[in-house]
Amino acid sequence: MKSITKQKPYTEVSQLLEGLDRVCVVGCGTCATTTKTGGIEEVTAMKERLQADGKLVTGFLVVPTACDEMTGEMESINAEAFRNAQSILVMSCALGVQRIASYLGRPVIPALDTMFIGMEMSEGSFFETCVQCGQCILGYTSGICPLAACHKGLLNGPCGGTNKGMCEVDKEKDCAFTLIYNRLKEQGRLELMSAYHPPKNHHVTLKPKSFKIST
Amino acid sequence: MTASNLQKMLDRGNFAVSGELGPPKSADLSTLKHHAHDMRNHVDSYNITDNQTAIVRTSSIGVAATLIQMGLEPNVQMTVRDRNRICLQSDLLGAVSFGVRNFLCLQGDHAKFGNEPGSKNVNDVDSMQWLQAVKKMRDEGIFIGGDKLEHPLPPLFLGAVVNPFADPFEYRPYRLAKKIAAGAQFVQTQCIFDIDRFERWMTKVRELGLHKKVYILGGVTPIKSIGAARYMQSNVAGMIVPEALITRLKGAQDKKREGINIAVETIQRLRETEGVAGVHVMAIAWEEVVPEIVERAGLYPRPVLS
Repeated sequence: MKSITKQKPYTEVSQLLEGLDRVCVVGCGTCATTTKTGGIEEVTAMKERLQADGKLVTGFLVVPTACDEMTGEMESINAEAFRNAQSILVMSCALGVQRIASYLGRPVIPALDTMFIGMEMSEGSFFETCVQCGQCILGYTSGICPLAACHKGLLNGPCGGTNKGMCEVDKEKDCAFTLIYNRLKEQGRLELMSAYHPPKNHHVTLKPKSFKIST
Repeated sequence: MTASNLQKMLDRGNFAVSGELGPPKSADLSTLKHHAHDMRNHVDSYNITDNQTAIVRTSSIGVAATLIQMGLEPNVQMTVRDRNRICLQSDLLGAVSFGVRNFLCLQGDHAKFGNEPGSKNVNDVDSMQWLQAVKKMRDEGIFIGGDKLEHPLPPLFLGAVVNPFADPFEYRPYRLAKKIAAGAQFVQTQCIFDIDRFERWMTKVRELGLHKKVYILGGVTPIKSIGAARYMQSNVAGMIVPEALITRLKGAQDKKREGINIAVETIQRLRETEGVAGVHVMAIAWEEVVPEIVERAGLYPRPVLS
C-alpha cells in the first residue's frame, strides 16, 4: 500500500511560499521516494529551484517515513534547519504534511498533491485498488475490488459500456467486471456474478474515520 | 388506481411502442412539447432522459409534470449518478405524487462525458440496487433503510435497460435475469443495429425463459447520416454498428431515407422475434420521423385502451 502523490505545479508552490523566504525542505523515504515525487533527488532539485528563485534554504532532508510519529524526532536532530526556517516545504503525501504540521508551530506547505492509496502493479505504475470502504467484498469478486476498479463503483456490474473488455470511461483501462467475470469463470464460480449486492453502508465508521485498538 | 398505459398495452399483449424525449439545456420546453404533441398518436409512453450523457438539462421529473398536464404518459428515467438514496427516494415520491407511474432505473453516463466533468459521480446505490429499492417501496412499503412509508404507493411499472451487445456477451442474458429478480417488469435495449447478434442474445434469453418474466422492448434508432453511424460505431461503447449497414447507407442516394428504411425493417424483424414485446424508438434530435417509422412498421394506429 502506498500513498500516491504528484508534484504540484511549481507556480503554486511558489505562490504558497510568497513572503516566506527561509525554507526547509523535507522529503519522505517511503511512498514519495517510490513515486519519485519526494525522494532525495526531488528534494535536491527543489532545493536548487528555490535557491535559483532567491530563497534561502535552511536545510533539506528526507525523513524515513514522514507520516510516522518518529518524524517528531527529526525536529530535535535538525533543530537548527527548522529553527532558521520561516516555513517547511513538505514533499510527502498529505499524511506526512499533517504529521509535520502537528509538530512545528510554523507554516507547513505541501509540495505534492495526494491522489490515492494504491498499489504498484508494475514498475512505475500505480493503481487505486482499495477505497477503504470498511466492508470488504473481495470474497465475492475474485479478489478484484469493483468499488476501486470500476469508474462507476458498481457492485452489481458490469454496466452496458464495456467494449471488448475495456471501460467506456477510460478506453485504456480494463473493465473491472470483465476481469472479475473472467477470473470467476476460470475458478468455476460464475454463480457469484448473479449474487445481488445490497446498497452499501457508507458510514460503517463515521467520517472522519477513526479506530482504536481495544485493550 | 390503474396501471400505466404502457403496462396495460403490454399486459394485454399489444406490441408496445415507446418514444423518447430529451429535455433541453434551458427551462424553455416549447420545442419538447411540440415533439411530444407530434408523436402523441404514435407512441404509448415517452421516456424522458435524465441529464443524458451527463449534460445538465431540465430534470426528467420536471418534464414529466409538463407531459402529464398535456395528457401524455411519461416514463421517467432516473439515473443514480447524481443523487444519493435520500434524494432518489424523495424524488420518486414527488414524481408519483403528480401521477408518474413508469420509472426506468439507470446507472447514467460518467460525469466526465458531460458539461460538468469535475462533478462528483454520486453512485451511492447502483442501478440494480435502485431498481430493487423501488420495488420494495412499492411492494413492501419500506425505504432502503428499512423505515416504513406512511402510505402505500400506487401500482408502478418498473423498467431497466439492458445491453445485449456488450461484453462479456455470454453473461448478458444472466444480467437480464438479475435485473428481473431485482424488479424489472420491462426492459429497453441498447440500439439494435446488429440484429443477428441481438437474435443470438434472444435465443439464450428464451432458453432461460426470461422473455416470459419481463417485457423486452427492442431499442431502435434511425441513422441520419454515415457520420452518425461512424460516430456510434467508434465512440459509443457497447454499441455495435455493423460495417454492412454503413455500406448500405453509402450505396443509398438519400441517406436519411435509407436510415428510416433500416429502422422500419429492424422493427419489422423485431415483431417477428419471439419474446420481443415492443420497441423503444429513440430519435433524439430527429423526433419528426417517429410517426412515419411507426406507421410504416405497421404499428399505427396505436390501440386505445380503457
